[in-house]
Amino acid sequence: MKELYRELVTIVGPEYVSDQPEERYIYSMDPGTMPPAAPDLVVMPNSTEEVRRVIQVANRHRIPVVPLGAGLVLSGLSRALHGGIILDMKRMNRILEINEMSRYALVEAGTSQGMLQAHLKKHHPGLKHSAPDAPPVATIAGNVSIHGSGHLSHAHGFHSDMLNGLEVVLPTGEVVRIGSCATSDFWFARAPLPDLTGLFLGWAGTTGVITKLAIKLYPNYRINDVGVFVCEDPELVPDILHRMTGTQMAEDITAWMSPKPDWARGFLHCNINYGANSREELVWKRNLIRASVKKYIDRKIAGFMPLPTAMKAPFLDVPGRILTRFADVRKGGGFEYVGAIMPVELFPAAYRQGLEIAEQTAVSYSLGARIIGVNHCMMFFYAYAFNRADDADVARAQQALEETNRAVVNMGGIPWKAELPAQKEIIRKMDPNMLALMNRIRSVLDPNGIMNPGNWQVD
Amino acid sequence: MQYAEILHRCFRCGYCKLPGNYVDFNCPPYQAFRFETYSPGGRMWLIRAWLEKKIELTDRLQEIIFSCVSCGNCVAHCTFPKFKDQLLLAFTAAKEELVNGGRVPPAIRDCLTRLTQSEIERFDNQDYLFFVGDVGAFDARGQEIARSVVHCLSKNSISFGLLGAAEISDGNEAHAMGETELFHHLAGENIQKLNALGVRQIITLSPHGFHVIKNEYPRLGGNYQVFHYSQILAPALQKATFRADLPPLRVTYHDSCYLGRHNQEYGSARKMLGAVPGLELVEMERSFQNALCCGGGGGNLFTGIIDSRLDTAARSRVREAVASGAQVLAVGCPQCAVMLADAAKVENLDRQLEVKELSEIVNSRLASQYSTNNG
Repeated sequence: MKELYRELVTIVGPEYVSDQPEERYIYSMDPGTMPPAAPDLVVMPNSTEEVRRVIQVANRHRIPVVPLGAGLVLSGLSRALHGGIILDMKRMNRILEINEMSRYALVEAGTSQGMLQAHLKKHHPGLKHSAPDAPPVATIAGNVSIHGSGHLSHAHGFHSDMLNGLEVVLPTGEVVRIGSCATSDFWFARAPLPDLTGLFLGWAGTTGVITKLAIKLYPNYRINDVGVFVCEDPELVPDILHRMTGTQMAEDITAWMSPKPDWARGFLHCNINYGANSREELVWKRNLIRASVKKYIDRKIAGFMPLPTAMKAPFLDVPGRILTRFADVRKGGGFEYVGAIMPVELFPAAYRQGLEIAEQTAVSYSLGARIIGVNHCMMFFYAYAFNRADDADVARAQQALEETNRAVVNMGGIPWKAELPAQKEIIRKMDPNMLALMNRIRSVLDPNGIMNPGNWQVD
Repeated sequence: MQYAEILHRCFRCGYCKLPGNYVDFNCPPYQAFRFETYSPGGRMWLIRAWLEKKIELTDRLQEIIFSCVSCGNCVAHCTFPKFKDQLLLAFTAAKEELVNGGRVPPAIRDCLTRLTQSEIERFDNQDYLFFVGDVGAFDARGQEIARSVVHCLSKNSISFGLLGAAEISDGNEAHAMGETELFHHLAGENIQKLNALGVRQIITLSPHGFHVIKNEYPRLGGNYQVFHYSQILAPALQKATFRADLPPLRVTYHDSCYLGRHNQEYGSARKMLGAVPGLELVEMERSFQNALCCGGGGGNLFTGIIDSRLDTAARSRVREAVASGAQVLAVGCPQCAVMLADAAKVENLDRQLEVKELSEIVNSRLASQYSTNNG
């Protein structure tokens, strides 16, 4: 290990390699419930070339490499399950290009959501990117690589759908460009070439290290507004969402159900975020959305909540700070969630299942669903808060998460950024030929098995 | 340890690392080291792990704990109400725990020893007591700044005196480094002298002194009206006359943490600069509550825990000042002046950007070098 340390120091400098107990401790876990797994070393590269050289050294030493963004995945995907190197990518945070005309941003993999958001606001106020609900330190590459979603996902799909191209260091050390950037100086699209980006999306860092990526940008509306549609019957929600999304007027539609605050208890809320460049356009859009659910309003079984301006502010906040505060519900600094990708028609069953599990395990919960695309699917989230200082409480949350993952798979959904136990649930139900193909691809890409080993593997 | 009961409540969401506008990292130790361990959340989790005996107390852990510069960015931007107010208190409590156990880095120990020494000349018997503070007394650049401020106050007919040789450290750095007993000793001695002299109003050179005398001394029996010198000079300069023959100058102002985030004083320095014709004040991307700390607080000016790193907050700050188009980076704190001037040299920006203290800018533009309408 001493020799490895020395080699890494020659690559990134002594300031950016650590084998000290403090770094090994902090990088052994994320804020979720998964048990710690300590790396041997933490390394912070500053360029693609440095990443390439680190990977080469890791191959020579046959030591695992785990790429890390902001470490906010919550499901423990960036733990060094078999030891090795945590590759903290956050020094690589340069915004390399904003193409106003073709509306894309080219960034290094450690660039945070907040930094891009601030850069666009200052230098390109007519553009925006889709930001997840994660805190602004979350990295763009991390979120795209896990098929994240965000505040433009109703309009434009998963964040991986908004990807134009990648630069990746393969597990064997070659640097590859994928997408239009493979043959052009412009990072404008993945088409029309064979789409190899899929080799690096959803794999939990087991197929390579993303070093650069280009994502699509979208026009930034001058005025933004939000409506909250409320009903009590979960059976109505799929049709309500189907009708609203059918108008294609909104950018983001998110349903949520929470026992806190008190006024929200027992109701299902659908936040509809939409924007416009003029008051007339805004009113026109609002009217179309309202008209789509008029049938329910007329029957007085659902309706729009009156929202004073002050109450709208947290719903228009991007990212929503208020969501992070869920971690303090039990005054214990912790929450984790199952984000289940599933068809919208499963909403009532998913909702009932969540309530049942929360009741059985006595955890503090919040449930909800972000619509991806035009009702093409949803990311149904089951968030459970826990008190980090109370082992029994943590165990309750873990139990709730495991039961939820199992229930989701049985219902026909798929846990997103799945924890190890959830990966096993998915693999249990997965077409064996898909699993075999995944293994074949990995064995070709990563002959020494150095990339984040332990994930997407059967014991 | 005090505040041990809150440590587990940090979620490590990372809002504490950023300014409110998210443009870049805004936590000086994290900016310098870039390991998560040096972020407020990482530090919080490490302190908890140490108290629970999950990790040993090493030299590095001491360094991590003492690398906090007490700038208050984490308090300003943490997303958890109430909990956020105790962040800095918890970090200082951890330092205190180390100090009380005699387990501090050598640089901290030496710094704390120096705080008990003083070499200032004595003045007295005026309306205000002018408190020079540590950097104004010990550091050559700090002394220049002290002389400049004294000059500016004098020429604006402000009546003030100094404790002189009797002045000892205000204790703010000791307090921020967790040496509570030393702080109590220093503050106690100062209070005894100030009370004996009948001092009611104090002007401080340093925002650090301003903060501690204003907010901590009252608990120890020292009740005074406390002003930073910019709060006295800002109104006085509105009547001053300035030279009209000088070329325009583009200036940006660096908010000191102990004036800004800790005491919500953002206006006086800008008002001072605004009184000077020909100065164009431009704001940096991170200003007011989002201002990036120079990295000198919490004893770090003296201990160098942070400024030995490759990319420090001070270096980032001077780059940001240059990016704003300013020719001069104005400061109201001698510690910031030292940190930022050093950083400008290291960044090779000292020909593009002058780091000047507020009164130096004002004095250089007065109608005659030594006269105003008041003096």
